[in-house]
Amino acid sequence: MENSPSSSKFMRWFDPRYRQVGTWAFILNRVTAIGLTVYLVLHLFMLGKLAQGPEAYDSFIALAKTPLIKFGELLVVAAGILHGLNGIRITLNSFGVLVRYQKQIFIILLILSVTAIAYFAYFMFFLA
Amino acid sequence: MTDLWNISLIISRQKTARKRYFDTFQLEVNPDEYVLDAVERVWAFHDRGLAFRHACHHSTCGACAMLVNGVEKLTCITSIRSVTHNSGKLKIEPLRNFPVISDLVVDMSSFYTNLELARFTQVATLKDASLPYEKEQLDTTHERLVDCIECGMCVSACPAAHTSEKYHGPGVLAAYQHSYNQEKDQFLLEAVDCQDGVWRCHNAFECSSVCPSNVDPAWRIMNLRRIIIQTRLGRLFKK
Repeated sequence: MENSPSSSKFMRWFDPRYRQVGTWAFILNRVTAIGLTVYLVLHLFMLGKLAQGPEAYDSFIALAKTPLIKFGELLVVAAGILHGLNGIRITLNSFGVLVRYQKQIFIILLILSVTAIAYFAYFMFFLA
Repeated sequence: MTDLWNISLIISRQKTARKRYFDTFQLEVNPDEYVLDAVERVWAFHDRGLAFRHACHHSTCGACAMLVNGVEKLTCITSIRSVTHNSGKLKIEPLRNFPVISDLVVDMSSFYTNLELARFTQVATLKDASLPYEKEQLDTTHERLVDCIECGMCVSACPAAHTSEKYHGPGVLAAYQHSYNQEKDQFLLEAVDCQDGVWRCHNAFECSSVCPSNVDPAWRIMNLRRIIIQTRLGRLFKK
C-alpha cells in the first residue's frame, strides 16, 4: 500500500526536508559511502592500466594531474574524512557512549572535516 | 484580543485501496488554537466524511498524531502559530509507515501487537519509568504511568522503517529496553538481537526528535546495543 514500508522507497533516505541533524548525518554517510565505492571501482580500473605497459600508465598519470581530476580526488579525500569521522561517531553511539550528544559530536566532526579538507585542498592544488 | 488568521488547511484524503488526493479548506482560526481544533472544525462545518483519530486532547492518548507540514506532530498540543503564519498553509497527512485505513487514520495494529510482545507495561515504579540520565529518580515503590503514549510518531519519522516492514521500529525497541530494564529476561534481548531488531537502526535519531513524551527511543536502542555487546563479550570470555 502507498503508505506502508517498502524497500522501493529507499530514495526517501536521501530526502533531508523537515528532518534533523541525525538524518543529515545519515544521508551524508550514505552519499560518501556510494562515492567511495564508485571510486574504488575506478581505482581498480586505473590500476589495470599497469598491465597495459608504461606508456598507458604514464598517459593516465598525466591525466591525473589535470585540475578536474585533482578536484575529483579532493572529493574522494573529503568523502573518506567525513565517512571515517562519522563512522567513529556511530560506533561510539552504538556502544551507548555519548548518545545524548550525537548532534554536538556531528557538528564537531564537520568542523574537523572542513579543516582537514581545506588543508588537503591547499596541499593538492598549491604545493603538490 | 488575538487577531484571527486565515489559513489554508490542506488535508490528505484516501480511502483503502484508492488513490490519494488533497482537499483544501479555507479557515479563519485563532493562531493559539491547536492544529487538532482546525481539523475538527473541518469535520464539524465542512466535511463530515473526514476520518481522523482523537480522544483526550491533552497529549495523553497519542491518538491524534499526524504529519503537519511534513513533520510528525501530536496535533492536540501543536499550536497553529507554531507551524504556520497568517495566510499560510497547513498540510495535514497521516503518519508514514502505517497502512492508511481512511484519510488521516492509519492501521497501527501491528505496532500495538509488537508492544505486547515486548511485554510493555503502561505503569512502572518511578525509577523504572525514568531514563537513567533524568535527574529526578526517586527510588521508591511508588508507580507512575510510563512516558510512551503509543502515538507511533517515532515509527513514522524513522528512515529505516520507510524501507523495512519487518523492522521492529523505535517505539517497540524502546519498549523492549524498558521491559528488559525491569525483568532482566534474556529472551527479550534475543528478540531484538537480529537484523530487524536493534541492528536495523541507522542512527538518524529522528525518533527521539519527534517523540512528544521524552521516551528517547534512540537512546534506548543504543542502550540495548550496549547490553547485547556486553552480553556477547561476557559469553566469549566465559568460554
